[in-house]
Amino acid sequence: MSSMAIDKSGPTRKIKYGSMSRDRTWALRWSYFFLTLFAIFALVPPIYMLITSLKSSAEISAATNPWWVYHPTLSNYIELLTSNQYLRFFWNSALVSVVVVALTMLISIPAAFALSRMKFWGSATLATGVFLTYLIPDSLLFIPLFKMFALFGDYTGIQLINRWYVLLFLYPTLTVPFCTWIMIGYFASIPKELDEAALIDGASWFQTLTRIFIPVALPGLIAATIFAFTVSWAQFLYPLVFTTSTDQLVLPVGITTTLIKGDVFNWGQIMTGALLGAAPPLIIYAFLMDYYIAGLTAGATKG
Amino acid sequence: MADVSLRKVVKRYDEVEAVRGIDLDIADHEFVVLVGPSGCGKSTTLRMIAGLEDITDGDIMIGGDVVNDVPPKDRDIAMVFQNYALYPHMTVAENMSFGLRLKHYPKAEIKSRVAEAARMLDITDLIDRKPKQLSGGQRQRVAMGRAIVRNPKVFLFDEPLSNLDAKLRVQMRIEIKKVHQKVRTTTVYVTHDQVEAMTLADRVVVMNKGRIEQIGTPNDLYHNPATRFVAGFIGSPAMNFVPCRLEDVSGQLNLRLTDRLSFPLPGARAARYQKIARAENLLLGIRPEHLTEARPHPEPGVEPFDATLDVTEPMGMETLVYFTLEGAQLCGRVNPGAGARVGAPLRMAVDLNNMHLLNEGTGVVL
Repeated sequence: MSSMAIDKSGPTRKIKYGSMSRDRTWALRWSYFFLTLFAIFALVPPIYMLITSLKSSAEISAATNPWWVYHPTLSNYIELLTSNQYLRFFWNSALVSVVVVALTMLISIPAAFALSRMKFWGSATLATGVFLTYLIPDSLLFIPLFKMFALFGDYTGIQLINRWYVLLFLYPTLTVPFCTWIMIGYFASIPKELDEAALIDGASWFQTLTRIFIPVALPGLIAATIFAFTVSWAQFLYPLVFTTSTDQLVLPVGITTTLIKGDVFNWGQIMTGALLGAAPPLIIYAFLMDYYIAGLTAGATKG
Repeated sequence: MADVSLRKVVKRYDEVEAVRGIDLDIADHEFVVLVGPSGCGKSTTLRMIAGLEDITDGDIMIGGDVVNDVPPKDRDIAMVFQNYALYPHMTVAENMSFGLRLKHYPKAEIKSRVAEAARMLDITDLIDRKPKQLSGGQRQRVAMGRAIVRNPKVFLFDEPLSNLDAKLRVQMRIEIKKVHQKVRTTTVYVTHDQVEAMTLADRVVVMNKGRIEQIGTPNDLYHNPATRFVAGFIGSPAMNFVPCRLEDVSGQLNLRLTDRLSFPLPGARAARYQKIARAENLLLGIRPEHLTEARPHPEPGVEPFDATLDVTEPMGMETLVYFTLEGAQLCGRVNPGAGARVGAPLRMAVDLNNMHLLNEGTGVVL
């Protein structure tokens, strides 16, 4: 009798779990479908760039299948990597991005710490204000900013326009508010008792920041760093407006202004230059991906 | 080590007065527990002693010095938090030594102090682990270790056992008591659990609505509560309260509960309550252990009555019985063999030698 009872209960349980797993299978199928669709959408342009970069100018303009390389060549790569001009753009971009990231962190970390932990009059309003600043697009800011730097040059005689280092003042207007905002959120997810314990243990505010908050919030800081680097590396409008001499240009502007001559597009080199230019952020992402995701989902699972 | 004194300490948040002028003297080496329901101001009081909250008015003294404006790090105190507050990126040893490292103690001394505390708390094997690799009980030990290594004047505990399961809580309670017996540091411990308060404290401070209701040894509070709040808060199951009044019946002082139920008071009680006005609305306060099944040869002052049981809760060594009297739900403790059954009548007895009489309006124990 008892074995019959067990047999009876067996299938009922199976059906229950079976229906759950069927739902799951369908959910997975749909997600794979959309993920594949999205992957194709995202990956086709870089693949097309790669294909084009391996062609000679003659093959690019020939009426052959554009998705196939018949005579692969590295001439575009060799030409760019031996051109002082391209290397100069690369160097300028790297210098600007690294300094901007450092400046951003130097401002954002203490700012976020103060706004999330030291409750002072107006701190909440200030935190919202920081975020609102981020919402103002650069296309709205660049004219007044240009005017400002021009006036500054007129009055002081210190010419910042058309110097690569003017970008060090401009990019933080984009990176500081967002990074501060991300880190306010991240710091806020650190339990209050942790800094109270540090205070009682004898730490000053600065020691609490450097010895507790920064190590604990490292994933958040890395996410912010990657963001600041990507924004600086890819920024187009500000360098286009503020720098004109070829030795002052950064990569995105350099490629478009020097490789497009009048109405002649040197497609092979443009694609090669853009592809090489995309490499540094890609490498950084690859290494810090896990931290980046952890940073973006911070607080989501805190319970 | 040091004594701690609070003088007319007030804490006000905008309009809300969280702590309303409390006075408290904690002697050197003493283990004092602040207990009360949530929102009674006990945690705020502790945080003010720690320096984590500013005080609105009054004085706090540690070792005779007023510390009102002294920052937490200079008060020479250590605190154990409810959620442990261990630094997640540091190992157990680093967590414990953080305070000493900040004060630039010699490395050898740090090492020996950490080893000593780890040995005392039985966490020597865990010294190189990170907090996330530890269980709740182990984390709480580390948090205590972090307090012990600093050898502070005062230990402050803020509901340290609330996050642990019931079994572990009992175990850690014993650990805390053992540690205090070894190090003898003045300790202020906050909890909402009256059992913790009773078992740990040299003296218990019962707080309610920002005020101290009563200060006393655990036994003192249990047997001689000063107010209805203390009487009802200390002890589990809680003390029973039944409306009653006093009357004179042929020269004998009686306690009348209902029209049909009236008990003569034993001599000592009668003498104590003689001066109370007979018309006064009173409450009889009686603990469950003094409501038992009636026995064949009762002691003087133990009066029998009949009850119909609403609920019974067999606990093994005793059975808790619930019944209604004058609209009040009462709880008694009877012998498992007394034959208590739901819906059935049971001959009960009340031990009036251990009764309390309260003024219904003021809640003061008379």
